[in-house]
Amino acid sequence: MSASSNPAQGTHPRRRLLENPPHWTTVLAVAVLVVVIVMAAFAPQLANFEPTKLNAAMRLKPASDTYWLGTDSFGRDLYSRVVYGARVSLLVGAGVAIGAIVIGLPLGLIAGWYRGIDGVLMRMMDGLMAIPGILLAIAIVALVRGGLVTVIIAIMIPAIPQVVRLVRARVIAAREETYVDAAVLLGTRPGKLIRKHLLPTTIAPLIVQGTYMYASAILTEAALSFLGVGIGTEVPSWGNIMAEGRLYFAINPWLVFWPAIVLSLCILSINLLGDALRDRLDPKMQGRAP
Amino acid sequence: MASYFLRRLAMAIPVMFFVALFVFLLLRLTPGDPAQAIAGDQATPAQLAAIRENLGLDRPIASQFVTWIAGMAEGDFGSSLISQRPVLEMIGQRIGPTLALAVMAMIFTVVISLPLGVLAAWRHGGMVDRFVMALSVVGFSVPIFVIGYVLIAVFAVNLKWFPVQGYKPLAEGFGPFFHRILMPGLALSFFYIALVSRMTRASMLEVLREDYVRTARAKGLGERIVLFRHALRNAAIPILTVVGTGFAMMVSGVVVTETVFNIPGLGRLVVDGVLARDYPLIQAIILLTAGTYVLINLLIDLSYALTDPRIRYQ
Repeated sequence: MSASSNPAQGTHPRRRLLENPPHWTTVLAVAVLVVVIVMAAFAPQLANFEPTKLNAAMRLKPASDTYWLGTDSFGRDLYSRVVYGARVSLLVGAGVAIGAIVIGLPLGLIAGWYRGIDGVLMRMMDGLMAIPGILLAIAIVALVRGGLVTVIIAIMIPAIPQVVRLVRARVIAAREETYVDAAVLLGTRPGKLIRKHLLPTTIAPLIVQGTYMYASAILTEAALSFLGVGIGTEVPSWGNIMAEGRLYFAINPWLVFWPAIVLSLCILSINLLGDALRDRLDPKMQGRAP
Repeated sequence: MASYFLRRLAMAIPVMFFVALFVFLLLRLTPGDPAQAIAGDQATPAQLAAIRENLGLDRPIASQFVTWIAGMAEGDFGSSLISQRPVLEMIGQRIGPTLALAVMAMIFTVVISLPLGVLAAWRHGGMVDRFVMALSVVGFSVPIFVIGYVLIAVFAVNLKWFPVQGYKPLAEGFGPFFHRILMPGLALSFFYIALVSRMTRASMLEVLREDYVRTARAKGLGERIVLFRHALRNAAIPILTVVGTGFAMMVSGVVVTETVFNIPGLGRLVVDGVLARDYPLIQAIILLTAGTYVLINLLIDLSYALTDPRIRYQ
């Protein structure tokens, strides 16, 4: 809020960041995300074992110097599996957020500008929103089978209407602005008008929304894997590590809790980053519920 | 009022049409032969032919869609490919635990988050306020199944206060029912407590700035009456919306919660149905939940129109 009331405020992004340092939770969130990204990128170097290596003699061992977090019911190293699990989560999050924006953004721009198409398109989006996302995703994954790409598409489809609604609302608000009227009166063609004048107003809220979608996609992937309809069990993901661990919950609850802690911290950090981005990119949204 | 109702209803019908179309196309757009996908790799040609006939796959696509819709209009949602029983009957048998779980979760949500949200707004920046803001971030981030397992580990395994899993219908007495539904209900409501208390806080913060709140205080009314009678009532519309849509969205959380706590409800039926590729069953469940969602949203809109005359004339 102080950003707009202080006329001496620098407009250069780096200066603004220095004058208005991020909250400690944001710093912590970024640190956690860096750790998760490093985990995903350097999984082969960081892991102590092959994440899929079976060892019947070492089933359900407690944590030790060799097995930092113990072993699962197949004698696989839990620590190595959790490290590799970061890959699936980050890929799914990125795939869903980018895919939903790539498809939803043009649809939202069209719905907001061409009022004739708006009614039909938005009823379609309402219909898609009425279907519980996880049910739709379960059905798609089960019917199409396949791996990572299927899961990404299945989580992405229910996310598209959110993008369309957001972009459409921005475009409808921008229509009322004088600069848009001026552009229309100057005879700007619709294509150029949408690209040059309407698209830019949607970028900041889309970055924020994309961050939240990233977090919620990771959550949905974990839920799908947990229910046994996610990525196949041959690829470790935090969700399917928990799904396998829950059968042995009474013997060793940490088989569920370690991936759960990493998963929750990762989602929490992305959400905190989203809040921070929202406050910075869009001062009007400050303090509002996402 | 009647014309508003009709206009609003006229909007809900195309929405449901698109829901039906999506669900219908889901099967048709599945790569490969849907009958083969449903029957599995070991199916005999006779089985495949039977499934095709059952689903009407041998007829033109438009006519399949029309027949399917017409069937549903008469209450015929088809029969399960596995058990051969009508899917509506199967859903009817399983809907009890799911509804019980959802209703309990909503009760917990309202009972816990309304006072939290009101207190947070009343002492803006205070302890409760910080707690609510922290809770809302955590509540949006920790998956339901993680909360469920933490509750099980603490209250069922260590303290042994509650059974680890299981369900008893309300018909067998409130005590046993409540004893088993408390943990799943709390696990499911965690997200909604975060959502509703944050919304209550935000809505109350706006209302507490209004002149009539100052007037109420100035004329010497007690804080409790000002907060709950004057402010909360006027802050109610956004809160009601979140509670209503939250209830409609709850199906997703219910599926996961039922798996964690081994509750024999609709959620397990969906997952089992999907794993067995019982297509008529999946179609019916998706359509019914989407229909519930549309209906609840319709009711929310109508309740606005009843309480706020301005909306009716838009």
